[in-house]
Amino acid sequence: MTLTQQVITIALVVLGTMLTRFLPFLIFTPGRPTPRYIQYIGKVLPPAVFGLLVVYCLKNVSLLAGSHGLPEAIAIAVVAALHLWKRQMLLSIAGGTVVYMLLVQLVF
Amino acid sequence: MNDTKKAALRAAFPYTIPILTGFLFLGVTYGVYMRSLGFSALYPIAMSLTVFAGSMEFVAGNLLLGAFDPLQALVLTLTINARHLFYGLSMLERYKGLGKIKPYLIFGLCDETFSVNCSAQIPQGVDRGWFYFFVTALDQIYWVTGASLGGLFGALLPINTQGLDFVMTAMFVVIFLENWLKEDDHISSLLGLGLSLLCLAVFGAEAFIIPSMAAILAAFTLLRGRLDREEAPA
Repeated sequence: MTLTQQVITIALVVLGTMLTRFLPFLIFTPGRPTPRYIQYIGKVLPPAVFGLLVVYCLKNVSLLAGSHGLPEAIAIAVVAALHLWKRQMLLSIAGGTVVYMLLVQLVF
Repeated sequence: MNDTKKAALRAAFPYTIPILTGFLFLGVTYGVYMRSLGFSALYPIAMSLTVFAGSMEFVAGNLLLGAFDPLQALVLTLTINARHLFYGLSMLERYKGLGKIKPYLIFGLCDETFSVNCSAQIPQGVDRGWFYFFVTALDQIYWVTGASLGGLFGALLPINTQGLDFVMTAMFVVIFLENWLKEDDHISSLLGLGLSLLCLAVFGAEAFIIPSMAAILAAFTLLRGRLDREEAPA
């Protein structure tokens, strides 16, 4: 690719990304009342999206090969246990990450 | 900086600490990756500033090495980033009436910024708009800093960081769990988790996001009679 072609390619990646981020705000402008259905979707959606994001992070974990997802399962259990115990966001995240790093570096 | 902004920055920063760790690490990885493809440090720096969507930036590195195909670049970007549509829908009410910072909040609405701004308990007396702004801006600063460092000096990294990227997974798990502990019913949480897992099993890692989004929307549409209540949006 020439430099111009690279610039055009990057510009289209920027455009595509911005379309996905701005579109809902451009369609449902504050000037007009947002349809009830969209308000409902916007309200019930967040917990489902958090679930989707967890699955998205784990999408490349293979249960059949390698370490069979065991480091991920153990580390997530540690995150959950720490969080239910102390309910300190940063502690749960740091604890689970350290356990995961130890597992993939030393055990699996 | 005036007191309103200072208070918002102080409230926002702790929420971004996991992202500081994750983005510095992933940003450095991205910078090193781009160098390994043969690009100068300018590329990861420019992409992290303008695209600001982690996984897409990795893909864009590969696109630049292939034949020039603008349509493919656009369609691929729309596909990979389609999940942002859900973030926008979820933030319509929260970002309402925030004036001149709003375009930047939408520009910077990445996975991590969305999860924090959508779930954080903003303390009483802290300005909502500036809280959202600082979470968004700090996250982007972390990412650009990481990508720049990786592009410029990445090869010199001395420590074994294998597994550090799990910090992002851990953060999403905590946000999911924290929300689980607060919500009245778990229908939405379970639908999101279950339908995404199902679609992952059926469509595979590269193609499950859009079917998951469609399945989640369809489920909510079918369940509207049961889930839609007249109270004002949160």
